[in-house]
Amino acid sequence: MSRQANRGTESKKMSSELFTLTYGALVTQLCKDYENDEDVNKQLDKMGFNIGVRLIEDFLARSNVGRCHDFRETADVIAKVAFKMYLGITPSITNWSPAGDEFSLILENNPLVDFVELPDNHSSLIYSNLLCGVLRGALEMMAVEAKFVQDTLKGDGVTEIRMRFIRRIEDNLPAGEE
Amino acid sequence: MADEALFLLLHNEMVSGVYKSAEQGEVENGRCITKLENMGFRVGQGLIERRNTVLLLVDLFRFTKDTARFKDELDIMKFICKDFWTTVFKKQIDNLRTNHQGIYVLQDNKFRLLTQMSAGKQYLEHASKYLAFTCGLIRGGLSNLGIKSIVTAEVSSMPACKFQVMIQKL
Repeated sequence: MSRQANRGTESKKMSSELFTLTYGALVTQLCKDYENDEDVNKQLDKMGFNIGVRLIEDFLARSNVGRCHDFRETADVIAKVAFKMYLGITPSITNWSPAGDEFSLILENNPLVDFVELPDNHSSLIYSNLLCGVLRGALEMMAVEAKFVQDTLKGDGVTEIRMRFIRRIEDNLPAGEE
Repeated sequence: MADEALFLLLHNEMVSGVYKSAEQGEVENGRCITKLENMGFRVGQGLIERRNTVLLLVDLFRFTKDTARFKDELDIMKFICKDFWTTVFKKQIDNLRTNHQGIYVLQDNKFRLLTQMSAGKQYLEHASKYLAFTCGLIRGGLSNLGIKSIVTAEVSSMPACKFQVMIQKL
C-alpha cells in the first residue's frame, strides 16, 4: 500500500510544477538568446499574446460563461473563473479607476515564480510578462493594456497587474501578432 | 496547479518561437531541435529533483528508508512509463520494449503533443519539432535518476510515436 500511496503523491507534486519549470526553461533560454531584458520582455509578451488568442477558445469551450456586458464583469470572470481554471489561484480585484476602465489584479502568490530568484544582472526583466501577453491576447476583441506594477520577485509584498481598457475592436477578424 | 491546456499551448508557442527566429536549412533545423531538447532536459531534471525532495521529506516523516529506491534500470524505465508519463501527459506509455542490453523503446499511441496536429501522415515532416522537448524531458528525468542516455523519437503515423532510449554505460 505504501508504494502506491507514494506514487500518487509523486504524480500530483510533479504535475503542478511542469508548467512552472517549462516556463522557467523558456525564460532562461530567452535570456541567452537576447542581449537585453527589454527584448526578452517583448518576446514574452508576444508569445503570451499568441497563447492568449488560443486560450480564450479553450476557455469559452470549457466554462459556461456568457458574454460580458462591461469591464467589471470581464474583471470578475478573469479573476474568479479563468485564473482559477488555468493557474489554480484567485487573484483579488482592486483599485478601480473612477471611470471604471482600469483595475488591478492582486496575486498573493504567483505560481510562475515558485523557486525562482532573479539574478542581479537582470533587474529590468519582467519574469512573468507572458501573463500580460496572455491577458491581452485573450481579450483581443478589445484593446487592453496589461502591466506589472508590483512583483514579488522584485521584493514587493504581492504581485499586481494593472489592466486598462482602451477600446473595443469592432471588426471580427482577430488582429494577429506574428 | 496549472492546467494541461496551458502547458500544451506554451509548448507549441515555444516550438514556433524557436523556429521563427531561425533561418532555413539543415544546420538551423538541428540547432532548433537542440534548443528545444535542452529546454526539455532542464524540465525533466527539475521534475525529478522535486520528486526526490518530496520523497526525502516523506521518508523522514515516516522514518522509512528505501521507499524511493528503484530495484534496477528496468524499474526506473517502468517509472518513466507510468508515473512520469502520467504526470506530464496524463496517460501512461502504451508499450515498453527492451533488448535487455540498454535499449528501450517507449511507444505512445496517442501522444498528447501530436493529437491536435493530424491523424496519419499529414504534417509528418514537422513532427520532430514537437518531439524534441519531450526527448529532452526523458533524458533529463533519467539524468537525475542517475542514468545517462541518448533519447530519440520517431513517428510513422500521428498521433502514435516511439521514443528510443539508449542507456550510456559510464
